[in-house]
Amino acid sequence: MAADMRLPVIRKPVSLTSAFDRKDRKDLVVPGDVITSDTGFMRGHGTYMDEEKLTASVAGEVERVDKLICVKPLKTRFNGEVGDVVVGRITEVQQKRWKVETNSRLDSVLLLSSVNLPGGELRRRSAEDELTMREYLQEGDLISAEVQSVFADGALLLHTRSLKYGKLGQGVLVQLSPSLVKRQKTHFHNLPCGASIILGNNGFVWLYPTPGHQEEEAGGFYTSLEPVSLSDREVISRLRNCLLALAAHKVLLYDTSVLYCYEFSQPHQVKDILKPEVMEEIVMLTQQKLMEQEG
Amino acid sequence: MRDTHATTTSVFTLWQRYKLARLKKCTSYTVYGMTCGWMEEAVRTTDTWRSRLTWFPTQTAQPKSHCSANATPEFEGRGGEELGTELSNTLYKVFNNKRSVDLKSLCISAGEHCWALYVDVLLLQCDGNLYDAISIAIKAALFNTKIPKVFISADDEGGKEIELSDDPYDCMRLDVENVPCIVTLCKVGHRHVVDATLQEKACSVASLIISVTHKGTVTCVRKVGGGSLDPESIFEMTEAGKRVGKALHAPLMKLLHQEESLGKKREKVGFLG
Repeated sequence: MAADMRLPVIRKPVSLTSAFDRKDRKDLVVPGDVITSDTGFMRGHGTYMDEEKLTASVAGEVERVDKLICVKPLKTRFNGEVGDVVVGRITEVQQKRWKVETNSRLDSVLLLSSVNLPGGELRRRSAEDELTMREYLQEGDLISAEVQSVFADGALLLHTRSLKYGKLGQGVLVQLSPSLVKRQKTHFHNLPCGASIILGNNGFVWLYPTPGHQEEEAGGFYTSLEPVSLSDREVISRLRNCLLALAAHKVLLYDTSVLYCYEFSQPHQVKDILKPEVMEEIVMLTQQKLMEQEG
Repeated sequence: MRDTHATTTSVFTLWQRYKLARLKKCTSYTVYGMTCGWMEEAVRTTDTWRSRLTWFPTQTAQPKSHCSANATPEFEGRGGEELGTELSNTLYKVFNNKRSVDLKSLCISAGEHCWALYVDVLLLQCDGNLYDAISIAIKAALFNTKIPKVFISADDEGGKEIELSDDPYDCMRLDVENVPCIVTLCKVGHRHVVDATLQEKACSVASLIISVTHKGTVTCVRKVGGGSLDPESIFEMTEAGKRVGKALHAPLMKLLHQEESLGKKREKVGFLG
């Protein structure tokens, strides 16, 4: 076994996808940049009025919808909207609710009444349920949930009222930026390579082995502790490294891009994917294939 | 994946040369500085005095003991002091033998004057596996250290006068063949992991720190962490650590020689370049 050592080199700047060359170049602004001096526009998120001039308050791209101008930041905490799928970690167990960390400004809230009881029963939550909350979800557990609503202060209210949400069992969590996850119809994918993926809108991506059969009665709290086979683990490790490679080159993440990246990474060993030159090669091939698909 | 980088800064005083080494593992950076000064005052006592290696986890400007707050906000103020003292204690233990660094070569005149090597380690970023990164940086810095040659002449009053040669490139190098490299093995479940990231470290309860020379000799074994280690697993981990440690030295020396041969053409990277 040989250790690979190398001298440091200047990091190459990551170029945004060349897809931008075909459409109009998006306007990138930094905080303090004047967007427009025209007073006819309404100001949206990420902007403020500075002496009659509309100025950006975050670093990102300018979005204009008719008369509304807002700046969408490139790197930000997760700003949840109703219907987003998130992967979060339980930080606190409180009376009748759990606090979940979802990479947003405030911890999200998961009420006891918003979870499915094991057995799929529909009944009023009693005091006993409150006392045995910790048996369902403890501090440190990972869950997948959906955003039910947003509080006035920006905190998210989550719910797991469907069989596809609930406590997550064995798998790998990859923490990325929320702006890299593309909004799609569904965020749960069973990839043909043999693993499943949950692309949380908050940037947390969960990779897990495809479950053999669905446990319908469990209601989302059954976690299989059977040992995962080596082949599954290799697939998941390769996927994780592919995700990191895509994130390093700021490629939008969705099931197709992850799948293409996985295919192009096959000739390399799993551990080699993290090397800068291999990463660049794989991501370039992925971007090319994605562009061919679009065009 | 590791990057090693050693750079020399220009001589700012005749008797002080300052070398920096930087090592990256995953995203851990340690900056390693070494100063050589001769110990005149301390030596003019009647006790016989040997040259020594002193360890300071410091910031390069002030000799205070704390890790840089760049690594994590916990290191602000005196937060990193505990980690800093632990680091210097372990390093002291690792190098506390006759063979790691040839101390006799640091002698100027027997029983009177010798070189004292001060080794400063500055942590810029912490992403697990600190000891490994630091030991590789130390080896690189020691390789790069140039100690000026001194001439001893008798002055008028009968005492000895020390003169440095005028040529700034007239210096001697240290032999770093026997400098050990540290390998950290973290126990996760029933197996052990080498070169663990911060997340992998969070899953392990105990780790074993082994320092190994290029021949496979172990100079120091230390256990850290609150968990327990089975005696059989300790043996397995030591064997694995010896294998890994032995394999680290050859590529490192090759890389250091390669960088040395680049000379002026070496690419200067980062603010320390």
